[in-house]
Amino acid sequence: MTGRGESGNHHSPHGTEENGSPYAPHGTAETATMLDAVGVDSEEELFDIPDPVEFDGDFGIDARSERQIRAEMRDRLARNDDLVELLGRGHYDYYVPSVVSHLADRSEFLTSYTQYQPEVTQGFLQALFEYQSLLVELTGLGIANCSMYDAATALGEAATLAERVRETSGTRVLVPEHLADGRREVLANYVAGTDLVVESYPMDDGVVDVDALRERADDETVMVYAETPTVRGCVEESLDAVGEIADDRDALFVLGSDPISLSLLEEPASAGADVVVGSASALGLPQSFGMDLGLFACREAFVRQVPGRLVGASTDAEGTRTYTLTLQTREQHIRRERATSNICTNQAWVALRAAMHATGLGADGLADLAKRDVARASDLADRVDAIRGVQAPVHDRHHVREFLAHTDQPAPAIRDDLVDSGFAVHVVGEHHLQICTTGATDDELDGFVDALAEVAR
Amino acid sequence: MSGEDETEADTSQDETEADTSQDETEADTSGDGFHFDQASWHDGDRHEPLNVEKRTTDADYDDSPLPDDLTRDELELPKLEEPELARHYTRLSEMNYGIESGPYPLGSCTMKYNPSFMEDVAANPDGLVHPDRPVGTLQGTLSVLYDLQDYLARIGGMDAVTLQPPAGAAGEFTGVLVADAYHEYNGEDRTEIVVPESAHGTNFASAALAGFDVVSLPSGEDGRVELDALEEALGDDTALLMLTNPNTLGLFERDIEEIAKMVHDAGGLLYYDGANLNALLGRGRPGDMGFDVMHYNVHKTFATPHGGGGPGAGPVGVTDDLTPFLPDPQVVEADESAPVRYDFETPERSIGKVHGEYGNWLVLAKTYAYIARLGDDGLADASAKAVLNANYLATQIEYDVPYGPFHHEFVASAGDQDAADVAKRMLDYGVHPPTTKWPEIVSEALMTEPTEVETKRTLDQLARAFNAVAGEDDDALANAPERTTAARIDQTEAARSLRLSWRALEH
Repeated sequence: MTGRGESGNHHSPHGTEENGSPYAPHGTAETATMLDAVGVDSEEELFDIPDPVEFDGDFGIDARSERQIRAEMRDRLARNDDLVELLGRGHYDYYVPSVVSHLADRSEFLTSYTQYQPEVTQGFLQALFEYQSLLVELTGLGIANCSMYDAATALGEAATLAERVRETSGTRVLVPEHLADGRREVLANYVAGTDLVVESYPMDDGVVDVDALRERADDETVMVYAETPTVRGCVEESLDAVGEIADDRDALFVLGSDPISLSLLEEPASAGADVVVGSASALGLPQSFGMDLGLFACREAFVRQVPGRLVGASTDAEGTRTYTLTLQTREQHIRRERATSNICTNQAWVALRAAMHATGLGADGLADLAKRDVARASDLADRVDAIRGVQAPVHDRHHVREFLAHTDQPAPAIRDDLVDSGFAVHVVGEHHLQICTTGATDDELDGFVDALAEVAR
Repeated sequence: MSGEDETEADTSQDETEADTSQDETEADTSGDGFHFDQASWHDGDRHEPLNVEKRTTDADYDDSPLPDDLTRDELELPKLEEPELARHYTRLSEMNYGIESGPYPLGSCTMKYNPSFMEDVAANPDGLVHPDRPVGTLQGTLSVLYDLQDYLARIGGMDAVTLQPPAGAAGEFTGVLVADAYHEYNGEDRTEIVVPESAHGTNFASAALAGFDVVSLPSGEDGRVELDALEEALGDDTALLMLTNPNTLGLFERDIEEIAKMVHDAGGLLYYDGANLNALLGRGRPGDMGFDVMHYNVHKTFATPHGGGGPGAGPVGVTDDLTPFLPDPQVVEADESAPVRYDFETPERSIGKVHGEYGNWLVLAKTYAYIARLGDDGLADASAKAVLNANYLATQIEYDVPYGPFHHEFVASAGDQDAADVAKRMLDYGVHPPTTKWPEIVSEALMTEPTEVETKRTLDQLARAFNAVAGEDDDALANAPERTTAARIDQTEAARSLRLSWRALEH
């Protein structure tokens, strides 16, 4: 098991080329020259680690060649079942053109650090400026940062922003009854260090129950959160009313969405949204086991309270328009415990990919995807509804991408039978499946309808 | 996403033979002539135009499948056809400096070479799955995550590891929440977290985000934690001491055993900030030093690409006592009787989730590949060469390095020069400069971490850049950089006249 025997515990004074790191390119003579220059006989002499805490054991990790590791990973990941995924709930599998991956993989982008030296990183800064600008157009809000980790942490950051801004007071954060568990739990952790309390408000057939929300909102309410589409794929029909309720209570209206839906649905700023959060990874990133890109946009009034990185335009000494990280005094490396957030490393490269994908699509291409998502969800719901033992959609609303279906048989059993037929769907209740159209081809949807008809009876 | 060619000859084991010839030839030391002219696409008073300045299209909502009141009125966005798109971003990439461009000795950032094969491993389509699949259909993914939890636990000397935190600061926040849950479970209300002055800003911010009061601990004269000051800072309210070891000066906290004892005697826990773990790989483990909880910065120590600011991953390791509080879920090996070999399990007293799903899968897959590529010997060699490189470079530069003995990084002082100006001028010599003006214990700090990937030749090139700048006058520094895409950028203008999107440029 171990790659290092008894004698291997003592590292060769001149390094161990044969068993060393393939990415530490020192030759033997070169190492000797450098050790001489430093005035020691071996690297070991440079370590100032007291004996009792020095590690002289083995990890028991064998080094493998590139070829072996690629083969191992190929074999291992092949153990994942080959399924057509009709899965969504915040993570959508849009086709990402090859050109996006190839351009994003250019090492000048991929292997660079945060742009602390803007003169030598103009390319990435411009791409991030373009990404921020894209979100400004889609949301109608003046400010977008250049990324959060994911939709859940972006929601958490929105809540702490709501607590900080001067125009709000109180401790209550109202969130919809239908909310992804991950978002609910992460939000709870982000507010654990504050006085904020998270409470749910009810839904009415899949969308906000406006009367119930109006009743719950009071002067202690600091934030009202809603989503469009909802986690169940329903288009929220009462955004303006939600905005008014929040406004009446001097609470922030925080809206969760995604760039593709936003290219078709009512502009958040028009509905009175103060902050837009959500997932932007529908653009640029293939399905990646929940890895995401958190979007965060807000009104200009909050610019000094925004979490994360902001790229701004400036001018260089020759008068050329340039870009740089700005308002860094909000951030942890300057402001420490008084920073607007602890975020440092973010999802910049994923934001780059999203910007590339969006630039290839344009407004018309984005809106066409969203229209397709509405049409296909509606079509598939009709076909599923025609199956004996299934009624869909459960909610009599407009849907984007996905919808709930009621099954007469227990939903978990149907889900398991569908896996045997090669399809994956969500179970969201004893008799509810959730079905998403985004990543599937038309042929795959035909196959799914046939398979569901077989197992749902 | 290059091909998966099985027949390709395996040459990776022969690499070391190929480079021995370097040892025989004296590296090119032709001197101060080395410089760098970065690409600069120019179009009048701007560089490459913004995508929006090239071409835009409007969306058409006449055929919207939704009622008017649910449909937006208009949307205009840039659109570049594929050949234009390729050229746009290729030009932008040419105006960006990465590790593959040249040395990148940013202290505390561990800018290593990012092995290319890791990208192919992560791009494997079989791994590109939705997180909500039944576990029985995810056995491949879970087996990788299970083994990575195990590898990281061994490397850190920890008993259990969560892979969920998506970055180092997210790892810190997770660790603080775990420590908080542990104290609360034990019926203790501890409200303070002690952080040394020289720590990363994220330590302070993560502690504050979790609702703790931060107690700042001044450095001792030798740059390390001073035990008297620590004694004073610790008390009944102490939940945690967050420590970086080696610290940001590159110094090992020699009193670590005593520090651990003091913190534990006070009823607190000891947190290890993994930013500098590259110095210790195979040499020392936080778990053996008395640390209870730690995070790993895999985008530093394990060479996953920084991507211009992310994504990273910040797995958190804990000792047995803290394991029940880890985020939900852990990947576990199931009972023999179970239908699946790997399963998700909710730790008994879990803090819940710190990421919407399971963290940054693509980064975690690369981490596994890197650790597997190096193995025990490679990891130990990485720390050996990282420490050798920092020590060698320090002997070659004229700036004073006030604190030692340092490990993988050192903090030089620019003396009478402004460290930020020194950095700008270094750009002209074909290298990325060090981190500047931090930690503040060194005046005009140049925090330098060359990592193990540099050779003597590139270290000499770095040293020439340092030394050339050390000999230059204030004017040369103030006018730098000259050879980069942009000349010196006006930071004040950027902050005063905020223009954060192309809309703002129109005015």
